[in-house]
Amino acid sequence: MATVYVDGQSYQMNADENLLHGCLSAGLNLPYFCWHPALGSVGACRQCAVTQFKDEHDTHGKLVMACMTPAAEGTRIAIQDPETVAFRAAIIEGLMLNHPHDCPVCDEGGECHLQDMTVMTGHDYRRYEFDKRTFHNQNLGPLVNHEMNRCIQCYRCVRYYRDYAGGRDLNAFALRNTVFFGRQADGVLENEFSGNLVEVCPTGVFTDKTLKRHYTRKWDQQFAPSICGQCGLGCNTDVGEHAGTVRRILNRYNHDVNGYFLCDRGRFGYEFTNSPHRIREPLLKGQMVSADKARRHLRDLLASGTAIGIGSPRASLESNFALRTLVGPNRFYSGMSDTDAKLVALMIDVLRHGPMRTPTLHEVEACDAVLVLGEDVTNVAPRLALALRQSVRQQPIEIAKTLKIPLWMDHGVRDAIQDKKGPLYIATPYATRLDEIATATFHAAPDDIARLGFAVAHALDPQAPSLGDVPLASEIARALKHAKKPLVIAGPSCYSEAIIQAAANVAMAVGAQLMVTAPECNTMGTSLMGANPLSAAFQAVKDGNADTLIILENDLYRRAPRADVDALLNATAHVIVLDHLVNSMSGKAELVLPAGTFAESDGTYISSEGRAQRFFQVFVPSSDIQASWRWLTQPSWHSLDDVLAAMATALPQLARAREAAPSATFRMAGAKVPRSSHRASGRTAVLANINVSEPKPPDDPDSPLSFSMEGASNHPPGALIPFMWSPGWNSIQATNTYQKEIGGPLRGGDPGVRMVEPSPSNGQSYFSGIPSVFEPREGEWLLVPMYYIFGSDELSCSAPGIAELATTPHVAVNAGDLMDGEEVEVRCADGMFRLPVRIRTDLPRGMAGLPAGVLPLAGCGLPAWSTIVRIT
Amino acid sequence: MLSILQSIWHVFLHTFQKRVTVQYPEEKPYLAPRYRGRIILSRDPDGGERCVACYLCAVACPVSCIALQATEDEHGRRYPEFFRINFSRCIYCGYCEEACPTYAIQLTPDFEMGEFHRQNLVYEKEDLLINGPGKYPGYNYWRVAGVQIGGKNKGQAEHEVAPVDIHSLLP
Repeated sequence: MATVYVDGQSYQMNADENLLHGCLSAGLNLPYFCWHPALGSVGACRQCAVTQFKDEHDTHGKLVMACMTPAAEGTRIAIQDPETVAFRAAIIEGLMLNHPHDCPVCDEGGECHLQDMTVMTGHDYRRYEFDKRTFHNQNLGPLVNHEMNRCIQCYRCVRYYRDYAGGRDLNAFALRNTVFFGRQADGVLENEFSGNLVEVCPTGVFTDKTLKRHYTRKWDQQFAPSICGQCGLGCNTDVGEHAGTVRRILNRYNHDVNGYFLCDRGRFGYEFTNSPHRIREPLLKGQMVSADKARRHLRDLLASGTAIGIGSPRASLESNFALRTLVGPNRFYSGMSDTDAKLVALMIDVLRHGPMRTPTLHEVEACDAVLVLGEDVTNVAPRLALALRQSVRQQPIEIAKTLKIPLWMDHGVRDAIQDKKGPLYIATPYATRLDEIATATFHAAPDDIARLGFAVAHALDPQAPSLGDVPLASEIARALKHAKKPLVIAGPSCYSEAIIQAAANVAMAVGAQLMVTAPECNTMGTSLMGANPLSAAFQAVKDGNADTLIILENDLYRRAPRADVDALLNATAHVIVLDHLVNSMSGKAELVLPAGTFAESDGTYISSEGRAQRFFQVFVPSSDIQASWRWLTQPSWHSLDDVLAAMATALPQLARAREAAPSATFRMAGAKVPRSSHRASGRTAVLANINVSEPKPPDDPDSPLSFSMEGASNHPPGALIPFMWSPGWNSIQATNTYQKEIGGPLRGGDPGVRMVEPSPSNGQSYFSGIPSVFEPREGEWLLVPMYYIFGSDELSCSAPGIAELATTPHVAVNAGDLMDGEEVEVRCADGMFRLPVRIRTDLPRGMAGLPAGVLPLAGCGLPAWSTIVRIT
Repeated sequence: MLSILQSIWHVFLHTFQKRVTVQYPEEKPYLAPRYRGRIILSRDPDGGERCVACYLCAVACPVSCIALQATEDEHGRRYPEFFRINFSRCIYCGYCEEACPTYAIQLTPDFEMGEFHRQNLVYEKEDLLINGPGKYPGYNYWRVAGVQIGGKNKGQAEHEVAPVDIHSLLP
């Protein structure tokens, strides 16, 4: 720490950082544009100017940019010096010369960093009388809107998009005051993290196109802290709702998990909650019935017969537990396919045995050598790919360190390291988006990927089982051995136990951290409940042990072959389905109950890191939608805390899930935390068309948040932050004021509790089940799953923006004698599909790919041998 | 005793003074155009809806009696899908008019809004929208805004130059 004097006051600042970082960390208001905590300093906008003095006798001082000046011991600066104040106001005035008169129709208005900074500097009157330059906009696809007139040329967008996220199709064009930020031509932004431009852009050039379709101001949205449910990483989000529909997702900073950024699936996938296909009322034999009648029918069925329950890895812990309690622990099934259940159990087992703990996403960014085994990271766990793009900078950053370039000086660091990349080795069945930054890639069948892993482990530690010479193995082993923080990434994507075992061997051999991916938001949590997989449920029904089947938020057609699920549903007298969207299951159910999504319910997910995190209800829907655990509740449960308490008793391994967020009795200064801003408008008019007498705001027995604008809004604990706001900071940049230090942990700690920790006493020996080399078969293809960020996830595909970009059913093959676009028949053990061909030259010989999670292909068990026949 | 007689005398004299009581409703009082009465939504000189659904009136309203929902036409012109004022809550403070960046919402000198049922005091857009520009005849927000709408391309607003040709390298 260094002592820095600002306007005569002394402050303790981080000596490894710059003055802007220090001033903002100290809670001082200093305007800035081009600087971003995650992107570092380039000193382009000249907005954070301060006066620096030589010593205590210097009264004149000189103008410096706070973001480009180190916070060295004894530095003396003035923010309030009249000359500097005037300089900053002049800079804003210059930036505003061409800024259009758009605020009333700009989606950024009310949460605009440019507005905030303009107010902060005091510029309020336009003196410039000449014409404004204009630009044509581009159509950047269904997710991000482009309004180029508003640009202030801070370059944050291209720095984020190109330097941080590794995108290539957004750039700066033209010159001087006509610099244009966009693509070479209209088209969908290719990068999977393009949505962050909305938050990175300090003004309204890039805005959320999904929000634009049902626009409402930030101050009018009712927010609640939430957890993204579109993959297993558990990124923290804030969900905004207005008048009964979810309007958008904002990033909620969590230092350990997502930091400042989300992926596009997480940010824009929320729209399924507003889908016309939502189940909004209970349906009894296809007829709409009241909630009371539905509940009575459920009770009668449970009383009269024997019921079994099928849970779901995409339902919360609480909902799964409520079903488990309702039908009894022995009659509850996890809802995962046998393969999934086995793989996830193996992953948890491996993580528990260590030796190293699984890293947080933030820790991944600091890893300096990475081996990815079998995972298409960008499409399976997108946010992890963004972290890996930072990790390849770790080794070359040493160059900057030896040159004594401070790490926050972004341009200097990038100039020093040029395009050097640290070691990243990727072994996958097909080419992935991360291949472009990989040191070497290895495209092979799952068994060969596992063999590579085993060979690397052997090369690192001769104790590990050996299997002869495998190319690349010794190179990878060398890279991992020389790294300070090696990392191995594996997961269930290839449906191969051997890959996970191989990854565990590598991690054990070199003491590397092991990160696993999980396919769904609560895969880990459901697995930790220790229930039997799907096949056991099928067997129970076949054996005549059940006449009632309760299926919780689970489309079984995505998990088992069609014929098996049909047989299951036909063999059961009464089928009860709880789900969000109409699907083939709900069509066949006797009773359908409308289950709340993340927006209409509270609950806990356990992420692939093993972190239990709470999401909170955003609004009370006008229909009968409610949390699944409320439909399946016990008489003694009155609130979420009761469910959590019961779960802690029944499942001690999940007891700590209670600590994921403060309980419902938590109060700040005696008050609840309001979900709405203090400026929320229209309360006495929004429902006046129905009844002029306003209803009382709904109570929330389940959380310390209130459905109101009233309460204690002054910086609640991390798990309860409904939206980022601070006086003078209306944009998402208010995140600064919630952190202990800029870019560091949240004040009061980052939310979430880790449920899976390695225990040293569990020392494990090496796995030795090395598979044999993959042999292509004549006339047959090995079908492997291919993942798509847009398409492989079930619920986000019902969001119109994502649906537009989602992949369609097809079969991918390597050239051979098949033509691109040709219609073929794919026959495998679980069925026969007519699909168009896509040529993927990156697929190894003898293998074909099916898009994962795309109906009707989703239920078919992969990998599987198949024949592909031309339709003549 | 004397003061009582004095008072009676003064009251008596008032009998011959000019009356100040107005015989409302037969006789209407004069109210200045700036009087803050019934709220209307005006149209711009071209006849289009002036309101751009920016929500500033709603947030300025101290009793939160204005609710609306923004939407856009196919050419990008923003307007309120619905616009509702609950006049049973309105205190006629005029903050909404002050906040309005487009002169769309205006208060008028009409105060005759008595109703027997509160529900009838809920006005929707069709009840609020008038057919003229109200107090501000010349102003059209879209002529100064930078966004493109039907009939106005980029660079065609007031004080705008033609859009930049980003492929040109000329200085």
